[in-house]
Amino acid sequence: MAKIIIDGNEIEVPAEYTLLQACEQAGAEVPRFCYHERLSVAGNCRMCLVEVKGGPPKPTASCAMAVKDLRPGPNGEPPVVLTNSPMVKKAREGVMEFLLINHPLDCPICDQGGECDLQDQAMAFGIDNTRYAENKRAVEDKYIGALVKTTMTRCIQCTRCVRFTTEVAGVTELGAIGRGEDMEITSYLEQAMTSELQGNVIDLCPVGALTSKPYEFTARAWELTKTESVDVMDAVGSAIRVDTRGREVMRILPRLNEDVNEEWISDKSRFIWDGLKTQRLDRPYVRHQGKLKPVSWSEAFMTVAAHVKGKKGSQIGGIIGDLASVEEAYAFKSLLETFGSHNLDCRQDGSMIDPAWGRASYLFNAGITGIDHADAVLIIGANPRKEAAVLNARLRKRWRQTGLPVARIGAPADLTYTCTDLGASLSVLADIEAGKGDFAAVLQAAKHPLVIVGHAALKGSDAKAVLAAAARLSQREGWNGLAVLHHAASRVGALDLHCVPSQGGLDARAMSKANAVDVLFLLGADEIDVDLGAFVVYIGSHGDRGAHRADVILPAAAYTEKSGLYVNTEGRVQRGYRASFPPGDAREDWAILRALSEQLGTGHQLPFNSLNELRAFLFKDYPALAELDQVHAHSAAGIDALIAHKGAFAAQPLEPLFADFYMTNPIARASAIMAECSALASGHVAMAAE
Amino acid sequence: MAVRRLAPQEVQPADFAFTAENLAWSQTIIAKFPEGRQASAVIPLLWRAQEQHDYWLPKAAIEYVAKMLGMASIRVLEIATFYSMFNLEPVGKYFIQLCGTSPCRLNGAEKIIKVCEERLGPQKHVTKDGNFSWLEVECLGACCNAPMVQINNDYYEDLTVESFNALLDDLAAGKPVKKGSQSGRVSSEPKTGATTLTDESLFDGSVVGQWKDRFAAEQKKLAEAAAAAEAKAKE
Repeated sequence: MAKIIIDGNEIEVPAEYTLLQACEQAGAEVPRFCYHERLSVAGNCRMCLVEVKGGPPKPTASCAMAVKDLRPGPNGEPPVVLTNSPMVKKAREGVMEFLLINHPLDCPICDQGGECDLQDQAMAFGIDNTRYAENKRAVEDKYIGALVKTTMTRCIQCTRCVRFTTEVAGVTELGAIGRGEDMEITSYLEQAMTSELQGNVIDLCPVGALTSKPYEFTARAWELTKTESVDVMDAVGSAIRVDTRGREVMRILPRLNEDVNEEWISDKSRFIWDGLKTQRLDRPYVRHQGKLKPVSWSEAFMTVAAHVKGKKGSQIGGIIGDLASVEEAYAFKSLLETFGSHNLDCRQDGSMIDPAWGRASYLFNAGITGIDHADAVLIIGANPRKEAAVLNARLRKRWRQTGLPVARIGAPADLTYTCTDLGASLSVLADIEAGKGDFAAVLQAAKHPLVIVGHAALKGSDAKAVLAAAARLSQREGWNGLAVLHHAASRVGALDLHCVPSQGGLDARAMSKANAVDVLFLLGADEIDVDLGAFVVYIGSHGDRGAHRADVILPAAAYTEKSGLYVNTEGRVQRGYRASFPPGDAREDWAILRALSEQLGTGHQLPFNSLNELRAFLFKDYPALAELDQVHAHSAAGIDALIAHKGAFAAQPLEPLFADFYMTNPIARASAIMAECSALASGHVAMAAE
Repeated sequence: MAVRRLAPQEVQPADFAFTAENLAWSQTIIAKFPEGRQASAVIPLLWRAQEQHDYWLPKAAIEYVAKMLGMASIRVLEIATFYSMFNLEPVGKYFIQLCGTSPCRLNGAEKIIKVCEERLGPQKHVTKDGNFSWLEVECLGACCNAPMVQINNDYYEDLTVESFNALLDDLAAGKPVKKGSQSGRVSSEPKTGATTLTDESLFDGSVVGQWKDRFAAEQKKLAEAAAAAEAKAKE
């Protein structure tokens, strides 16, 4: 720790702190453009100048000067930093004037207007006219992908985007060519960026040089209603803010949540919103002579009731999709229970994971913050870059900090960090357990080993054996490194509710076979092909695979249109809030189930009339779900039986879980932006294969 | 300075590879740097690639060097666009870099520029015969001999319109030319001839070794003084 006097207040900070960090700790605000906490220090914007006594006798860039580099005063008094002296003010005004020489005065037509760092700081340090009569510098706009629009004359060369893509996203694609007065930010030969996190450069850009292409010229920051919510595109549960105008979702931005997504979100989370407006189911439909016909709610319910009537529990089944909230999964399960049906499954991807093995058997037990302590990582059948892009950035961060050894069993993939490829067959796992191979030794020596298991490795009959081996490899005193990486936002919540077949019930794959059940309810389940035979009732928001197969469609709300709980892959219960309303006649899923239950006759009626009542029932049955934003460490004690299990591993190579990152759910498939990204990405794949 | 971009697609070669000799040389350069720091070799390698490829760097060479050093192509492009010594577009057989900074300006660089414009056309433009192209550059560090140009690897100094025209004529005709000062002075001596170190004995070898005699005399003197002091003390 070192003492330092900032604006007259003496504080004590770690010696390796930069002056900027120390100033922030002392409560002094320091303007900045290039400095960002999560990126390396560039020190090129000079906006964070402060006056230092005990350092160089000139204004000092506080982001790049460490507290320990300052000298004490002649009598040993601590170094003095001034952030509001006349010298500092003049220096910052000078910097601002330089920045504004070439920055266009186009705020009225700039999408960043109203949320622009340069605009804000010019209010504090700018002058109201210019001393320069010369022409401003003009820079050609660059193409850097389908998501980020560039207006390069606005660029102030802070290089945050270059540092982000190189350091966090792990793709060295952006750079600054022609360094000097003609410096321009561009991707190599103006190729599209290939990162799943590229949208974050829009937030990072302190000016309007990089803005959102899909959001271009559609809304102003101050006319949007902001709703803080949770993302459902993957099982990370990133904190998001949904910006709406009227009923329309205009954009989605990340929120800060250090424990989950830091301040990044993936492109799928950010740019999905145009999918919320297309392919929507806005009225109930019933299939009549092979064609779907719009009907009223009561007709639709009566059709369902007529088909359900007299059916035994075993003839009825239900599959929960990937985007369902805990409440609707609970209502869905309760409804099926009234029939005595045990055919319920939330694992439409065919995963064999089973909550009966203990809660710790299906969670990312170490927690997402646990990655920051890991000292060896084995990834089994997961591609974190595609299945949880933000979590992958965290793994990359740890790898950059410590050279984290990572090995992977699964189909080859580029994870943006060095990763030993152990082949695609699970049989390697037996060798690692036996201590064979270099990586087995690394894992054994690790104090905090993390074994990440993806659903690609949990689809076979050897799922239990894989989990057991992973659990055995990852246990240490006070550390449970078994980390199951889910890709579906609904999955952990539904597993917490035991939404899996019980007492001989059929699982999702069995139910989808012809004539396995007579009536099949799909709660937003679109990733499974249901064979002809069963009468399919689809409750969901988009006209996707499930709706195409359905005999009755009950239109429901998408995730931005309802309040709901989601449990992320580490078991963190988070609450999403309603930002807008579902279109047309569509209703919230739980309300549809409640209304349907009314029509199905006595004995099927669900006991709650409002979401709060539903939650009261839910929390009574599952008290753990009432604890918002909490992660409970699960020791290995709960999964003793699993750990003791031994079984053989299948020899055939693992397949990737999904081929296309941008097309994993019905909202994404309805999104034109995601379609464009997908086309670009497949182009990249084709190029790589040549 | 103007924005530096890669040459248009039409003139870009399909691919680039070092000759066997350059490849071996580049390995020795890369080996100078510790493991993991091979990227440090990027400038020498780009330079050699430029020398091999008629003094300009095509896109293929940038990618070749990037691949060789395990760097991202954009990183190498950043370097190639930063240093004006890397030519991104084709240059003439005689590539004239004309110094246009203050000392040369004061001594008539503008006249030389005019000659270039009249004889060779605008900057960054290769003459029809492929012999010449020229570029105004910042100070080349030969201010004493202003105005000056660099043609390929050599300096041509103390230029006048006449001597520069003659130089271009000779180059175009393939005649041998005189490097360095064109006015006849040696290196960067004063124009009016040398004013110091003019004593001829400095150069005829007669003073070589004289310091030894002087040194021995001084030593002897010191020894005598010491002996005298000793004798006096004994008395």
